[in-house]
Amino acid sequence: MFRYIAGRLLESIVVLLVVSFAVYGLIGLMPGDPIDLMVQGDPNLTPEDAKRLKALYGLDQPIIDRYLAWLGNAAQGDFGYSRNHGQPVLDVIGSRIGNTIFLLGISLILSLAIAIPIGIYAALRPYSPLDYAINMFCFAGISIPPFWLALLLIILFSVTLGWLPAGGMATVGASGLLDRLEHAVLPVAALTIASVGSFTRFMRASMIQTLRQDYIRTARAKGVSTTRMVTHHALQNALIPLVTVIALSFGTLFSGALITETMFSWLGMGKMIYDAILGNDYNLALVGLMIATVLTLAGNFLADIGYVWLDPRVTIASRADKR
Amino acid sequence: MTTVTDTPPPSPPQSNARRMARRFRRHRLALGSLVVLILLALLSLGAPLIEALLGIDAETTNLFQRFQPPSAAHPLGTDEAGRDVLARLLHGGRVSLAVAMVAALCSAIIGTLIGLFAGYHGGWADTLLMRFTDGVIALPLLPLLIVLAAIDLNKLGLPESITQSEDVSLYRIVVIIALFGWTTVARLVRAETLSLKQREFVRAAVAQGARPGRIMRTHILPNAISPIIVATTLSVGSIILFESVLSFLGLGIQPPVASWGNMLTNAQDLIWDAPLLAVWPGLLIFVTVIAFNFLGDGLQDAMDPRAVD
Repeated sequence: MFRYIAGRLLESIVVLLVVSFAVYGLIGLMPGDPIDLMVQGDPNLTPEDAKRLKALYGLDQPIIDRYLAWLGNAAQGDFGYSRNHGQPVLDVIGSRIGNTIFLLGISLILSLAIAIPIGIYAALRPYSPLDYAINMFCFAGISIPPFWLALLLIILFSVTLGWLPAGGMATVGASGLLDRLEHAVLPVAALTIASVGSFTRFMRASMIQTLRQDYIRTARAKGVSTTRMVTHHALQNALIPLVTVIALSFGTLFSGALITETMFSWLGMGKMIYDAILGNDYNLALVGLMIATVLTLAGNFLADIGYVWLDPRVTIASRADKR
Repeated sequence: MTTVTDTPPPSPPQSNARRMARRFRRHRLALGSLVVLILLALLSLGAPLIEALLGIDAETTNLFQRFQPPSAAHPLGTDEAGRDVLARLLHGGRVSLAVAMVAALCSAIIGTLIGLFAGYHGGWADTLLMRFTDGVIALPLLPLLIVLAAIDLNKLGLPESITQSEDVSLYRIVVIIALFGWTTVARLVRAETLSLKQREFVRAAVAQGARPGRIMRTHILPNAISPIIVATTLSVGSIILFESVLSFLGLGIQPPVASWGNMLTNAQDLIWDAPLLAVWPGLLIFVTVIAFNFLGDGLQDAMDPRAVD
């Protein structure tokens, strides 16, 4: 077990290094150049000044040297300054990450609270009209463009009905929990609708698989009621694949957060990364993308470990072979 | 020479195909989706014809006719520049569908090649390629697509004839989606290849001295085609979603070329004046994506060799 975990950890670190280098290189290819932007902003700067500034910041060095210098600083906890926020990168992230965790956490809990019972219900009556209806809704949730869903929610609940704010974190001047919660309703709804469909489908498929097992047939033969059969015999085993799916969906959740936060002007990590990429805020974009990668890698890692941990029938060796 | 290698597969192909067709027809949603998709494709392809018939076109702007409600002249009204919404939707459909299908096809080809190679050769090539695949799967897709869509092509040293061309945004989207989209097919094809290369008919071909390329082409690939078709069909839906979100953010298909995504770019600012403008393009994206997903689901059921009738 230890060897396996250590191996996976090492692998993740290698992936992270490769990604950080690739992203570092790609960010350099974005339109504009930090020094050019500075020169444009200040008419007193001459081309000679620009050249000296480039040398000062090391921008005349080959990319690999610049990357190694960045990596060296990063390893010591220095991720540089955010150009657009005028703050150290870590401070900007610190002020944003809580909002994203809040948004993603609530919508994850909500979508599981909907998906698990509905998935079980559909699995108990496979191919019934209601199962078809549930399936239709799942496909609809998976297929709806997330930004369009956000637009529709805004048009319906903010423009037409006027019930909820169209975006932002809080009304200017107003304070209090209720106001904050009002602003969270639509983004949470958008994220939940987008993720509940695939969770429900996984729950249904995994429950159907579990209900086919011999031990369930034995329990049934002994006269166990349907409710007890689900809650005491099937549910634990049926949840195992769902746990894996949730861990594997970290990356997708993050993509969802990017769109939803941007649409609703929610000041979280997703909007921060998007604004940083478009606003030439290199340091911030780089670290933001790194965090997104770490989250995805951690999700994959947890999925593999969790599978072995939760299901004694699966061994590390069989898991490693499958990959 | 080919008498042994050409022994028919376990079940005769024709009855197999017929069985698949029968199972597919039973999947009503998939069948309906296929009809919807064919209709959408015909309408998009026939865009010039429909424009000529209705006397509308996608490009003409008319600032005196902005935000017109649906009328005989403009069946779905006009947008913020006075352009006909229906004509733009049809043209947008051409672009969105074509880009998604080409990108899906490119991803499938790359994935098939990588999967075949890794599965057939095994050893270090397999380990290396599959670790690489795992790495690509672990990437945060949307933020990276945004970075790739935003990079300055001039800084890549591409000739100006490419970077200045009007269609460059189309090619760019296809390329960046294909760069990340091949992983599912690669994994499926590798798994299929690993099991197929142990089968008697492949070993017989090896024993006869057939070259690896020929074995992969004529013996393994045809038998691994079902999962490729299913995965590719399902991927078209998600590619349309990615293309639309990038175009919506202003990073994908660039105006004046219309796509369903970029028709929504201004919609958020106009929700108070013309909320209907936000409805049509999104609805078409939604219908197309759900149709591709149902179609893929139906094909999966139909092509599953373990399914019972």
